[in-house]
Amino acid sequence: MQKASVLLFLAWVCFVFYAGIALFTSGFLLTRLELTNYSSCQEPPGPGSLPWGSQGKPGACWMASRFSRVVLVLVDALRFDFAQPQHSHVPGEPPVSLPFLGKLSSLQRILEIQPHHARLYRSQVDPPTTTMQRLKALTTGSLPTFIDAGSNFASHAIVEDNLIKQLTSAGRRVVFMGDDTWKDLFPGAFSKAFFFPSFNVRDLDTVDNGILEQLYPTMDSGEWDVLIAHFLGVDHCGHKHGPHHPEMAKKLSQMDQVIQGLVERLENDTLLVVAGDHGMTTNGDHGGDSELEVSAALFLYSPTALFPSTPPEVSRFLRTYSAATQDLQAKELHQLQNLFSKASADYQWLLQSPNGAEATLPTVIAELQQFLRGARAMCIESWARFSLVRMAGGAALLVAACFICLLASQWAISPDFPFRPLLLIPVAWGLVGTIAYAGLLGIIELKLDLVLLGAVAAVSSFLPFLWKAWAGWGSKRPLATLFPIPGPVLLLLLFRLAVFFSDSFVVAEARATPFLLGSFILLLVVQLHWEGQLLPPKLLTMPRLGTSATTNPPRHSGAYALRLGIGLLLCTRLAGLFHRCPEETPACHSSPWLSPLASMVGGRAKNLWYGACVAALLALLAAVRLWLCHYGNLKSPEPPMLFVRWGLPLMALGTAAYWALASGADEAPPRLRALVSGASMVLPRAVAGLAASGLALLLWKPVTVLVKAGAGAPRTRTVLTPFSGPPTSQADLDYVVPQIYRHMQEEFRGRLERTKSQGPLTVAAYQLGSVYSAAMVTALTLLAFPLLLLHAERISLVFLLLFLQSFLLLHLLAAGIPITTPGPFTVPWRAVSAWALMATQTFYSTGHQPVFPAIHWHAAFVGFPEGHGSCTWLPALLVGANTFASHLLFAVGCPLLLLWPFLCESQGLRKRQQPPGNEAEARVRPEEEEEPLMEMRLRDAPHHFYAALLQLGLKYLFILGVQILACALAASILRRHLMVWKVFAPKFIFEAVGFIVSSVGLLLGIALVMRVDGAVSSWFRQLFLAQQR
Amino acid sequence: MKDTDIKRLLYTHLLCIFSIILSVFIPSLFLENFSILETHLTWLCICSGFVTAVNLVLYLAVKPNTSSKRSSLSHKVTRFLKCCIYFLMSCFSFHVIFVLYGAPLIELALETFLFAVILSTFTTVPCLCLLGPNLKAWLRVFSRNGVSSIWENSLQMTTISSFVGAWLGALPIPLDWERPWQMTVERKCSICRSLHVPRMGLGPVIR
Repeated sequence: MQKASVLLFLAWVCFVFYAGIALFTSGFLLTRLELTNYSSCQEPPGPGSLPWGSQGKPGACWMASRFSRVVLVLVDALRFDFAQPQHSHVPGEPPVSLPFLGKLSSLQRILEIQPHHARLYRSQVDPPTTTMQRLKALTTGSLPTFIDAGSNFASHAIVEDNLIKQLTSAGRRVVFMGDDTWKDLFPGAFSKAFFFPSFNVRDLDTVDNGILEQLYPTMDSGEWDVLIAHFLGVDHCGHKHGPHHPEMAKKLSQMDQVIQGLVERLENDTLLVVAGDHGMTTNGDHGGDSELEVSAALFLYSPTALFPSTPPEVSRFLRTYSAATQDLQAKELHQLQNLFSKASADYQWLLQSPNGAEATLPTVIAELQQFLRGARAMCIESWARFSLVRMAGGAALLVAACFICLLASQWAISPDFPFRPLLLIPVAWGLVGTIAYAGLLGIIELKLDLVLLGAVAAVSSFLPFLWKAWAGWGSKRPLATLFPIPGPVLLLLLFRLAVFFSDSFVVAEARATPFLLGSFILLLVVQLHWEGQLLPPKLLTMPRLGTSATTNPPRHSGAYALRLGIGLLLCTRLAGLFHRCPEETPACHSSPWLSPLASMVGGRAKNLWYGACVAALLALLAAVRLWLCHYGNLKSPEPPMLFVRWGLPLMALGTAAYWALASGADEAPPRLRALVSGASMVLPRAVAGLAASGLALLLWKPVTVLVKAGAGAPRTRTVLTPFSGPPTSQADLDYVVPQIYRHMQEEFRGRLERTKSQGPLTVAAYQLGSVYSAAMVTALTLLAFPLLLLHAERISLVFLLLFLQSFLLLHLLAAGIPITTPGPFTVPWRAVSAWALMATQTFYSTGHQPVFPAIHWHAAFVGFPEGHGSCTWLPALLVGANTFASHLLFAVGCPLLLLWPFLCESQGLRKRQQPPGNEAEARVRPEEEEEPLMEMRLRDAPHHFYAALLQLGLKYLFILGVQILACALAASILRRHLMVWKVFAPKFIFEAVGFIVSSVGLLLGIALVMRVDGAVSSWFRQLFLAQQR
Repeated sequence: MKDTDIKRLLYTHLLCIFSIILSVFIPSLFLENFSILETHLTWLCICSGFVTAVNLVLYLAVKPNTSSKRSSLSHKVTRFLKCCIYFLMSCFSFHVIFVLYGAPLIELALETFLFAVILSTFTTVPCLCLLGPNLKAWLRVFSRNGVSSIWENSLQMTTISSFVGAWLGALPIPLDWERPWQMTVERKCSICRSLHVPRMGLGPVIR
């Protein structure tokens, strides 16, 4: 019963956190309101008639059309320098030959031969530079908003006024071919359309070849006015290989041929537009707002001269003007209005007196441009309109939840902690509050807001808890005991929290976290030394100081902790080599090891790396098996251990085979291609299935002990070896006499027992001491393998480091935690903070960054090389598991912090037992020796055990909760900061999702320990039953 | 006895601070183009040299520990050589620790090493002067209740505050102020020094 209440209490605290996060998010991330008014040809954009009075002409709207037909070729991720003409005759500099430079030679030729017919521009696009946002921006002329960035894979139709809508309403036939994102954005808008799936970024050619099949026939048929072709190959090539790969040159040359073919087919009334929707970084990704991502190419060409006589200013002027009027309807800002009225007055004056036009034109243009810039800035600001009340409420709830954690974690280990009333009363009150709120809303007929409902439930359950806590505990003790975090840990925690309030520190967190972790580790070592636990006490006792601080002798040698510390530092540093840069730091270079092996060009290096990855995999496997072997759990015949013995190598084999296929898939001969694609679909699923079945086995039979029933009786009998004849020598006597003695002893004992009852069953159970941690370690390994598969191959080295690092850290922490029998058990704050810090460090060292373009999208295709169709939750799950793998692993492994000191108990004892001299003696009485109780100490005091688990969970939740609180506060305080959408908001979102993943993982981990505990209890019960029979 | 000790301690610390200030001004008389910000590496060398010299002079003049019984020449020489080896070892181990902490392995190696040298002069050299090349004594001083005299207490405080100062010096690195003086090593050192100095002054006063 108490187990369930521990879990439910933790779940309730998590719920309070979730309510706070949800409330804050609903106030912080607001979407832009989409207007549904459309402009039409009948309403001219401004007062008065337009200068080129063209209303009467057929096919004209506000202005006469210069071209009757347009071919728009949208090349996804066509960066400006891809299209830039290469002038190779620069003296003094060697000609640079990069795969992406100078491949669009037809553009260059046209620009040189027909300068009046073509123009090439660098277009600055608005971030976020994801394809759907860019398409929205290109067709509506508005700003893409931040919140849209998340809905990239479930896009919705555009309801705002847009280009396609206007074209269709003007009676033009719009033909589309290419990326099927357009189908979602403009359902039913095209007279003819050929859509191709866009989500599979590994597929370079399907979309492009599909377009090419349709493009020329459609063009020749002449049944179109606007022809849009959206090519995806360049973008996919960037995602898969990066721009520096030879494949990119091939793709760009293909685009060049397309443009060449189109130019040859163009008629005189047609305009050709070649545009990129965004650029790409040096890694080939996009989504952010670095210079390379926002500079896209825009190329215009027509067989008739584009710029014969009219100055380009006029067209720009008109474009500005129409754009400006549309913006004005929506937003009123006094200053801008003044500016605009002045500009339009000037414009009117300009229209009335055409003779002075040349002089006033530039000022009008400048004014209008200024107006536009102002309007744009205002829009950016106003589309992020915050609801301060909700933000404050969310932050307050988070504070409250942190307070609960702190209070309850102090209270939980005291014996008078009322488990059940503390849980039941808040839940009851929360339910009452929820029902009352819902009823109130029902009476006044308002819409039910789930977020607010959750918040009301959280508050109404929190208040009675507080009252009860005050009555039961708080009034008796001073408040100072509430803040038990020791000084250095508090200081480091404060540093960590202060980091969230500065954008440079958030950007540099990937480097700052290992630094903090290193400091923490050294601090732990120094603290151990300072407390005198590393040195023998005789060194420390000074003649002057009679009282020595050390009451218990040091459990380990001084070099032991130092070795652990240095090893940890080394691991941290090595893991730091797998570092991915945020885009904001220009001087930083991402580690080249983060890219998948498939993108490597050299064959030999690839093979070497592949060998290293498989070696890391095997090392991980061997380490886990060695560990289990060391504590003896591997000998158990239970199904989980059988799985560890046979299933784990199978999983490793599957992983290695999948890597081999994935890294060499392009080199496979064509007739094997079907086999390869089939295998790359089956293998990851098989590994995941094996892991799932292993976890199921573990849950079914978590007790991994070796039972030798009736071990007492036969042991003595085997000693008896036949010996006949009288003893001749002293050696024979030495051999025979003890045997005779034992035999007699056995006989007597047997006779005695037979008179008492039936023969007793002596049961020897081994490895009970590590039964909890064995289950935890097995579960962690089983979890790690599928997560490993979702990452790029070389991240497996980081996973190996992760296991090594946590192992060393656990040992280091265990060296400083005294075992208090019979309880209460506690896990110190420093252990929990170090654990949380290491989770963050691993998040960064597995190549992640808290920004959206850094998400590893390719994880969605592991096991699904063909994409997912319309299903969106599965890729989201895969990508989420990739991103938050470290959060999950460390949260599930959190109970190890409590268990490990008990494991280390045996180590210390064993070390002392085996000085070389009395080894023989130890061999004589191996079973009679008092075995260390280890984790059975926890079982001996179940109340303390559960309280310690609850405390551990609360402490971990507190550390995580304080982090998310700091993020929320930073985001709300700095909400007008320049970097809020670039740094703070993504950081908050990542922290929030990470918190949710971590809390779920924590609950799972604690539940696993509870399950093992339950199984051990029932196992004991069965044993007693068997003995009684 | 205690008062005289405190007075001597105060004077030694004042001298140390004075030597650091001198190391800023004196080299500009001899060297051209000397300034702390631009030729910081030279300054680091000079500063560490000054501090070492002052420490040695103070050690010879004040002699806080008079426990050495044997005073043959060979003993003194071995002791001195041992001290040198300890100093070098501490430099290298600091270097290793900095690299483990995240300093680049190859580029800026000279800067990192000089930083290790100056941190050693602030921490190892006083230890060597006061306690001699006796690792057990060091370990004793840097543990709780291990201090037996006011000199050792001051040594403990200054050394720990030097480490803390060096650690704090790393904090402003991520700030993108883009000032030329914001060099990693440089910054670490200046803060290390600035924290070291007041604590050296405070040490005797607190007692």
